[in-house]
Amino acid sequence: MTTMPTTFLKSLNWKKVLLWTGVIFLVLFCLAPLLWQVLTSLKTNDAIAKLPTVYFPNSQQLTLDHYLILGGKFLRYMLNSAFVSFTSTLICLAVGAPAAYTLARLKIPGEQIILACVLVVSLFPYVLLFLGLLELVKFFGLGNNYLSLIIPYTAINLPLTILVLRSFFQQLPKDLEDSARIDGYNTLQMLLQIVLPMTIPALVTTGILAFIFAWNEFIFALTFITRDTLQTIPIAISKIGGASAFEIPYGPIAAATILGTLPLVILVLIFQQRIVQGITAGAVKG
Amino acid sequence: METDTIRRREKQTGWLLIAPALLILAFVFLYPIGRAFWLSLFTQNLGTQLEPVFSGFNNYARMFGDGRFWYSLWNTSVFTTISISLELVFGMTFALVLNQAFWGRGFARTAALIPWALPTAVMGLAWAWIFNDQYGVVNDLLFRLGIINEAITWLGEPTRAMFSLVVADVWKTTPFIALILLAGLQSISSDLYEAHAIDGATPIQSFRQITLPLLAPQILIALLFRFAQSFGVFDLIQVMTGGGPAGSTEMVSIYIYATVRRYLDFGYGAALVTVTFLLLIIAVAIAAFFLSKSRINISGER
Amino acid sequence: MAQLKLQNLRKQFAPNVVPVKDISLTVDDGEFLTLLGPSGCGKSTLLRLIAGLEQPTAGQVVVGENNLTHIPPGDRNMAMVFQSYALYPHMTVAANIATSLKIRKTPPGEIQQRVHTVADTLGLSHLLDRKPGQLSGGQRQRVALARALVRNPEVFLLDEPLSNLDALLREQVREELKELFEKQNKPVVYVTHDQTEAMTLSSQVAVLLDGLIQQLDPPSRIYTHPANKFVAGFVGSPQMNLLALECQGDRAILGDFSLPLPSFSPQPSGIDIGIRPEDLSLATEDDKITVQGSVSLVEHFGRELLVSVKIKGSHHTLRILINPDLQWEKEDIKLAVNPHRIHWFDEKTGDRLNP
Repeated sequence: MTTMPTTFLKSLNWKKVLLWTGVIFLVLFCLAPLLWQVLTSLKTNDAIAKLPTVYFPNSQQLTLDHYLILGGKFLRYMLNSAFVSFTSTLICLAVGAPAAYTLARLKIPGEQIILACVLVVSLFPYVLLFLGLLELVKFFGLGNNYLSLIIPYTAINLPLTILVLRSFFQQLPKDLEDSARIDGYNTLQMLLQIVLPMTIPALVTTGILAFIFAWNEFIFALTFITRDTLQTIPIAISKIGGASAFEIPYGPIAAATILGTLPLVILVLIFQQRIVQGITAGAVKG
Repeated sequence: METDTIRRREKQTGWLLIAPALLILAFVFLYPIGRAFWLSLFTQNLGTQLEPVFSGFNNYARMFGDGRFWYSLWNTSVFTTISISLELVFGMTFALVLNQAFWGRGFARTAALIPWALPTAVMGLAWAWIFNDQYGVVNDLLFRLGIINEAITWLGEPTRAMFSLVVADVWKTTPFIALILLAGLQSISSDLYEAHAIDGATPIQSFRQITLPLLAPQILIALLFRFAQSFGVFDLIQVMTGGGPAGSTEMVSIYIYATVRRYLDFGYGAALVTVTFLLLIIAVAIAAFFLSKSRINISGER
Repeated sequence: MAQLKLQNLRKQFAPNVVPVKDISLTVDDGEFLTLLGPSGCGKSTLLRLIAGLEQPTAGQVVVGENNLTHIPPGDRNMAMVFQSYALYPHMTVAANIATSLKIRKTPPGEIQQRVHTVADTLGLSHLLDRKPGQLSGGQRQRVALARALVRNPEVFLLDEPLSNLDALLREQVREELKELFEKQNKPVVYVTHDQTEAMTLSSQVAVLLDGLIQQLDPPSRIYTHPANKFVAGFVGSPQMNLLALECQGDRAILGDFSLPLPSFSPQPSGIDIGIRPEDLSLATEDDKITVQGSVSLVEHFGRELLVSVKIKGSHHTLRILINPDLQWEKEDIKLAVNPHRIHWFDEKTGDRLNP
């Protein structure tokens, strides 16, 4: 008689143990590399090079030097990245929202084909594009000009923006737009004054995703921007390693990693829910 | 329909609103691909003083005999297959975990977003540091566990370098798969599981008979996206191994980049781009075919 | 003076999808026309055609002297109230009411004055600074009305404006609506599937089915003289008894009984008849035309009982409203039929035969 509840209890515990093993593994797996960079960035060079590895540095082994060494130049890179990402995000929303509205509501011929193209295009690896873009950049003389990044970043974020916003627009009650028409709005006024204000949450969501993608882009920034002062964060950090031939400066790289990804981490912390929504809406609804 | 002036005006507005987006997309996506097709028919390299000289399918013929190309294609396939398989397993595990109710689930979800949100190039450096042969934390942990007794060169040996890249890639992209699968899991009604449990099914049976079939569309979508990304993987390889040692981790993308940027062989680079593009499109078409089929199956069952 | 005139309106979406087939009607100033019909009868499409939200495939929409068929909805000077109210969620009540005036570049002073007047009329003055999300269903409905009234339009269009209110509120608002629009003295077109609303509010009712007007008459006439079988069955609750009977000579056969036909020529071989449940009564000695049967079902309808009677010698059932105080036989109930209250319909076309 007593075996029944005990086995029940056992199976319950077993499930809980499995779940918490999964949770702990997940959290460790996801955060460990970043936490390791945090630790490295705070250790003195001696502590970094000490064997066996120091996991709990004492006060003599801790320093902020790696951050200080980065200096004003690094701030410049941050601003570069921020400017390029922010501008391309704004353009992407400004161009993508009307396009999404057309695809959601205005029933133009060839709508399905355009949608399919937008979807397929989002699968193209950037490495297939840089050759043709390089020619365009040379042709228009855009080398070392932020336009050579802003335009491609706008483009690579457009498919997701269009797909997510389109699905949001489709969910809006159609009566509101009908009502606006009767009130006398034309399509453009309606988009600007009625539809977009109601879509602000979706605009924020897609804007965050676009900003993150633009901040992280590597191959275009590597190819089109060669002048040091114009470089963006991913390039600037990857070049710290190449600065010294003898020893890779792991401390400064780690410090740069922390600073350079801080904006992203903050975005994730604040907008976790929205980002998840955006990722799944973009992938699943398309 | 001629008389429908309002409709016609609406259509015009529609084209006007969508035109800028289409223009940008055409410029950044279609032009480069089309240009690569065209350029691949020319020889344009240092031998021709960087002037394009028409050479028909010479570049493609050269590709057949180009061992380095085939090796990079092999490497890409190995990398893609292994990393995507692992990501699917890990992603499913994470999705199942995140689908449970537990204290701190919000934190776990945020944690899972971190790898996805950070720049691949930068975190590639972090992983190179983790796999460092002298001071790397992986070697240190293996020492402490008594598994090894001398330092292993992770990135300096072909198989281990590939292994390290796979680990870094799995870390970076598992969250994406997990989130998509999680969305799928949340759309499955709990009634189904309860009914199945009342029928006497074990959780494992439920997983195989309910979860997996109903999750098929999400799995395929995740695979599709990941396949395309993984096939063109660049940032991670470039910063972690640069394709080395001795080309053992050189992916097609790295080879294309080197052909264009280092060897300035634009014609051959364009041919490589063209072939890679075609391979990708074929794979995507196959995946899309299965996707449409799985969606029909699902709706047929309901 | 404005008169809304629809001429041979047709809307075709696809070869087989023709929600509005051929509709002509006029609505004068001060007239309240209700479009009544089951879902899918084309009543909403018709309203959208009038508003200009859809373009007709053929036909014209005319207000007064102006042909509006190709004029965009915003330039038609019509106001529409939507079933969902369609309030802009990001704007305050005042801004919601004012939008159409602002778009038309009305001077700000005048806007403010007109908004306040309308808000006063509808008792919304204390809510002007709120957003629609902070209002109750009834308040939202008023804002939607205010938005229509403030424009002082030439035509009012209302698309099931009461269907999102709860039953109690609906009755109250119905009365207010009636008063409100009587004062406006403008053509009003009102869409509903609720016959009570149609009957109580309208001066004219157009019953629609399959994109065609089945009957266009004042409510009382719709009830007393349904133009065909569909209208007879659709209007009235409990529903009219509709029976398909065979005829012999000048009588229609109902089981073991028969009903005298009015003088038709030629005499039909079969006929459809309709009798409202309230037009049947328990037979007394004096009644000449009676039928007998057994009770199969008794439903309590509050004030009355709705009794289903299976007629002897037939498979037909008649439903009759009976005062619950009366005594009656369960097995062998005898009903009197008032011959003047029988509606006769052609068995093929369903059209009304008696005048």
